[in-house]
Amino acid sequence: MLEITEGSHAVAEAVRLCRPQVISAYPITPQTHIVEALADMVANCQLDAEYITVENELSALSACVGASAAGSRVYSATTSQGLALMFEVCFNAAGMRLPIVMTIANRALGAPLSIWNDQQDSISLRDSGWLQFYAEDNQEATDLHFIAYKVCEDHSVLLPAMICFDGFILSHVYEPVDMLSQEDVDRYLPAFTPYQRLDAADPISFGMYATPEYYHEFRYEIDNAAKRAKEVIKKAGKEFNTLFGRDYSAMVEGYRLDDAETAIVAMGSICGTIKDAIDEMREEGMKVGLLKIRVFRPFPSEEIAQALSRAKHIAVLDKNISLGAKGALAMEVRDALYGSTIPVKGYVIGLGGRDVRKKDIKEIVSLAQKGANDQFYGLRREVL
Amino acid sequence: MVDKTLELFDCGHRACGGCGAALAARLVMKGAGKNTIVVSATGCMEVFSTPYPETAWKVPWIHSLFENASAVASGVEASLKKQGRSEKIVILAGDGATFDIGMICISGAFERGHDFTYICYDNEAYMNTGIQRSGATPYDASTTTSPAGSCSFGNKRPKKDMPQIIAAHGAPYVATASIAYPADLMQKVEKAINTKGPCYIQVHAPCCTGWGFESEQTIAIAKLAIETGLWVNYEMVDGKVGKVKKVVKKPVEEYLTTQKRFRHLFKPKRQDAEIAAIQAMADKNAEKYGIEIKLKKE
Repeated sequence: MLEITEGSHAVAEAVRLCRPQVISAYPITPQTHIVEALADMVANCQLDAEYITVENELSALSACVGASAAGSRVYSATTSQGLALMFEVCFNAAGMRLPIVMTIANRALGAPLSIWNDQQDSISLRDSGWLQFYAEDNQEATDLHFIAYKVCEDHSVLLPAMICFDGFILSHVYEPVDMLSQEDVDRYLPAFTPYQRLDAADPISFGMYATPEYYHEFRYEIDNAAKRAKEVIKKAGKEFNTLFGRDYSAMVEGYRLDDAETAIVAMGSICGTIKDAIDEMREEGMKVGLLKIRVFRPFPSEEIAQALSRAKHIAVLDKNISLGAKGALAMEVRDALYGSTIPVKGYVIGLGGRDVRKKDIKEIVSLAQKGANDQFYGLRREVL
Repeated sequence: MVDKTLELFDCGHRACGGCGAALAARLVMKGAGKNTIVVSATGCMEVFSTPYPETAWKVPWIHSLFENASAVASGVEASLKKQGRSEKIVILAGDGATFDIGMICISGAFERGHDFTYICYDNEAYMNTGIQRSGATPYDASTTTSPAGSCSFGNKRPKKDMPQIIAAHGAPYVATASIAYPADLMQKVEKAINTKGPCYIQVHAPCCTGWGFESEQTIAIAKLAIETGLWVNYEMVDGKVGKVKKVVKKPVEEYLTTQKRFRHLFKPKRQDAEIAAIQAMADKNAEKYGIEIKLKKE
């Protein structure tokens, strides 16, 4: 049923429909509306879950580790500084192969302190073993939660996942969302059946230490599982499309890309702005298209290389910066296109909530066409 | 009733001979019983008991990080509750994981009132990383980060009173115990396990490697700690001190001289003022907890 709702509330409703057994979270702007909504559902018996109000984010994710290892479906949400505080637990959760689903309301990292949006927080955890999905709008953010649980809990994957949606830009925005019913979700997402769990009737040890004789292979297995997730994501997306008519089977999605000479590559809510800018540029006769990256981990290298193979210019937009190097997406797109002669330019934009407008997208297209080098886009004059 | 024949912490682990912590684990598990899930913090015990692919644990066991055992246990408890399961939860963590790095998670978990039993095996320093001081290291103990030297007598601060901090959270059952008194330890664990809410037991577990004594002396030294009043075995039910182990008090020197970590107090020169300061701490303990048995003069 289509309803106008706030992004955070839509996500909370999706989470409720996934029937998590344990929720553990700590409030942080702009994630708060999600965890408040879930607390309200628990308080009103609309959601039958144990809700642990922890004392910080490290404990939020740690409690999820314990709850998941003991065999429950678990959920958390955070952003920015909170995710940074979880850093150690993130690697741990993936290493223990626990299918935790966590929403990230993407926000910049301090210093200087900023509560506003960019994607530095989740991008900084790209090496942690978590699957990472980026949503363009609240419909996608909502639907990706159903898909994420299905993928993570698949016994050929067993990895945690972050659903990343842009803080404020999506989390606090009201827009129409078609919400599934409980019957729909139950049909799509079966109850959690842990591969193994803490159980006195069948004791196992979780989280042992590994000597150099074994550690290397553990990392190899996690990497393999992340790569296996590609097929599982496709399958889960297809099934979702068959049942509900929205297609998330592809990890990347082209928009007016087939005949595009200039291709923009981007992730998250900025893709909406880019699509509008492309429509206007197309009316002026410019052959511009978009490749939206929905799944950043596992990284869809082959799909990207194929989708961009006909472009003459590629502009990659990053709402993050690996300081001293480049934007993360630009570096990885270049890696995907290694050996190709198509010039790939990386533009860092919109950090700390700086607005990105259609005219900025047009300007970036023009920069890419001129072959302008990688750069921070739209800097204030006084720093130049 | 404690089944003393129950062995849930198996032999063949990698602890040093004479390890107090390993003995603590074995006794704790006898008290806890089979229907238990153990959550370990990073530390000696985690490392010596679970080198992949081997484990010494015959109960389900999980280790996540150094600082987060109480948060992990909170999640395990919530998970079991939601599934309607009956297992009890025991946290096993060293003094570093308890007094220092785990304090925030501990405070949160005790405040929330989860149903678990937290066992701190207290060997009074970071042993796994090579004997560095922690908040549990006693006054004047020489460690690798509080070494005795020409202008230092070792650790400058007395031990943090962790049981009181836990009791202040409203924990229904808080106790101290020692590997030198196994029956008492096992009974306390059994009592804690069967008390609803977050319970805490701090177990004195001498470390031959870190404290500097021969491995066959572990029990004798643990006993001397009690007999000198430097360690007091007591129970607190709902914040009130109840059962206390009474002793015929010995001078602290008898304890201090058994361990290399205190030898700078006696060699090359006897440090009377420092020894007197430690004696004063023992005397204060004796008075506070009323541990002393006065012998009638003949």
